[in-house]
Amino acid sequence: MKATGIDDLQIGELQNLIEMMVIFLDNSNTRVVVGMSGGVDSSVTALLLKQQGYDVVGVFMKNWDDTDENGVCTATTDYEDVAKVASEIGIPYYAINFEKEYWDRVFQYFLDEYKAGRTPNPDVMCNKEIKFKAFLDYADELDADYIAMGHYAQTRTDEAGTVHMLRGADGNKDQTYFLSQLAQKQLKRALFPIGHLQKPEVRAIAAEYGLATAKKKDSTGICFIGERNFKQFLSTYLPAQPGQMMTTDGVPMGQHDGLMYYTIGQRSGLGIGGNSQNSEPWFVVGKDLAHNVLYVGQGFNNPALMATSLDASGMSFFTGHAPAQTFHCTAKFRYRQADTGVTVTLDGDRAKIVFDEPVRAITPGQAVVLYEGEECLGGGTIDLAYNEAKVLQYI
Amino acid sequence: MHTYLDNAATTPMAQQVIAVMAEQMQQDFGNPSSTHWFGRTAHTVMDQSRQTLAQSIGAKPTELQFTSGATEANNTAILQTAHSRQALGRHIITTAIEHPSVLKPMAQLEQEGFTVTYLPVDETGQISLADFDAALDDETILVSVMMGNNEMGSHLPIAAIGTRLAAHQAWFHTDATQAYGLLPIDVDALGVDLLSVSAHKLNGPKGVGFLYRRADHNFPPLMRGGEQEMKRRAGTENVVSIAGFAEAVRLISDQEKADRQAKYLGFKHQIMAGLRAADVAFEVNGTVQADALNHVFNLWFPGVSTYALQTNLDLAGFAVSGGSACTAGSLEPSHVLTAMYGAASPRIAESIRVSFGSTTTALEITQFTTVLTKIVTRLRKK
Repeated sequence: MKATGIDDLQIGELQNLIEMMVIFLDNSNTRVVVGMSGGVDSSVTALLLKQQGYDVVGVFMKNWDDTDENGVCTATTDYEDVAKVASEIGIPYYAINFEKEYWDRVFQYFLDEYKAGRTPNPDVMCNKEIKFKAFLDYADELDADYIAMGHYAQTRTDEAGTVHMLRGADGNKDQTYFLSQLAQKQLKRALFPIGHLQKPEVRAIAAEYGLATAKKKDSTGICFIGERNFKQFLSTYLPAQPGQMMTTDGVPMGQHDGLMYYTIGQRSGLGIGGNSQNSEPWFVVGKDLAHNVLYVGQGFNNPALMATSLDASGMSFFTGHAPAQTFHCTAKFRYRQADTGVTVTLDGDRAKIVFDEPVRAITPGQAVVLYEGEECLGGGTIDLAYNEAKVLQYI
Repeated sequence: MHTYLDNAATTPMAQQVIAVMAEQMQQDFGNPSSTHWFGRTAHTVMDQSRQTLAQSIGAKPTELQFTSGATEANNTAILQTAHSRQALGRHIITTAIEHPSVLKPMAQLEQEGFTVTYLPVDETGQISLADFDAALDDETILVSVMMGNNEMGSHLPIAAIGTRLAAHQAWFHTDATQAYGLLPIDVDALGVDLLSVSAHKLNGPKGVGFLYRRADHNFPPLMRGGEQEMKRRAGTENVVSIAGFAEAVRLISDQEKADRQAKYLGFKHQIMAGLRAADVAFEVNGTVQADALNHVFNLWFPGVSTYALQTNLDLAGFAVSGGSACTAGSLEPSHVLTAMYGAASPRIAESIRVSFGSTTTALEITQFTTVLTKIVTRLRKK
């Protein structure tokens, strides 16, 4: 090797250089519109894409107006962070207002679901209707080839060109649950530059490049409620209807504040202690919307909370089709839950999903999301939960 | 690679202005209130600048007080006039298309119990003198009407209002921020008592402006804590910027103003001809009139969102305005377009403002029109 080293080295270097130039030139003609929230994940997303030579455009989405009487609004500080990060990275940034779209397509759904006695998942709807629809439409207006946001998820394109959705490498942050309603045409237009990273790695990159958001606290809760009191927030939009609280055997247990304030499986806030026979804590085990009754039961694993199957609707699959009419895979019924083995039987866009073992607190309105190993197949919305043949009184 | 067509927002500083300010920063740094050589040197710069600026509007130097810009001048003129003259009446007349630095103080005065009449405008962005006559009464203590509108360029009838107020108790304020660099101004001929301007709209520095106040029209200062500006405005004077401001004004003779007006009117026709030749559907918001403020050109592209158009133009290297940014950088619906066409008009969400400046060239306008055509055509295909 040493004898011919110089020529080889030069040729090798030239090849590398050409390869790098090709990559650079290719990407520089590829515009990626990055939805920047002012958080660390979307900041690092924009940074990595810029480093890969893409034509990166940052866009802040304003979906909710929480301006208070002093004119203070969290979107203002978030947008300032977007401005700082974008100038640190060296990309143009803009803002787009989706308050109306968000209100019509996400918030109305959110209220309607609560009115129907269910527990909605606005984040799933936000991805489906705003981030990967309204935002994608806007990105198209900006001549974008791709969009990106900072989701912890990965994709793989097979030989046929079909894009598959894979879990984010950070099991604790994996966001495929919230992306479960996306279709193939949306997936084909999305990049997930941080999906292969662990959250601490993302923070380390932000710190290494001195991004203003490196140490910014992660946002918690539903975006439009933020840190505020959920009960208080909801009560400004929906009239609370207090009613009877009782056990599944019909024993009165006092009053509830309004069915919408309670989630299946929830413990705190019931205002009832144990009794002399049984000191176990009380949990919400069901709702009867028609009679405005909240059912409670004792014990974390109260039998009334345990389901063996569910009915789902709005089933959608990333690749555009299910693996089979009936198939076995794993599923999550809420974010960050461990997978459970399930057998899925499809009927149009509806599904009967039977669990390998009983699952606690299946909640109508939440998403059921299906996985095959590392691949996320898609999902639907939980309508009814069953314990064997018996419908659980969740609605 | 970036072409600037947002001169109604601000303008690049003229080289001569930069030179004057640089010299000022390096040499005469004194505080004009100080009673030593350094202070006197700075004071001389202030005097000379004030002289130049007063002359530019036919005023006496003692009638000018420097401010941080037109916003402060507008706030001072409106709030202090209203508060000091309320014994004579609590009615004020203004227009629906004023700058927020006029409208917000008006809103505050309304909360304090003053009555404010907002004169409506027609589809050309023009008020009617009949409306003005109907609004004026014995209780009116202040009239504030902008000389030219910052979004449409409409030129309001200042002299006609001045004439009507000649024998009336009301003081007449005009916000001449946009007009100052384009129209000859004589406060006596116009019958104006108070006038606000800002340096950065005419190739001067940001952060400085003045309020003209007719002699004997007194009110207490808004800013307190110093004896500067004949006790009218506390705070050490921004001598460097004031010197730059005066230089910027020296550079614009009345002939230069007329030349710019003609040049900008030509740009409007150039853009319209280019769009028509390319079959791009558009409409002018307001009108194209020789006596308007011709640096402002507001265009409606039906079916094309302001957001998308302004952002695409920026990404292609052309800076225009899509409206005022409000919280989080999103665009506030224009109160001017709303006043002209009603809140339901599609123009409000589908218009851009192009504004020319002394550095704008015909070649830039040609390139702009080409890119604009391309973007609008592409967006309409989506």
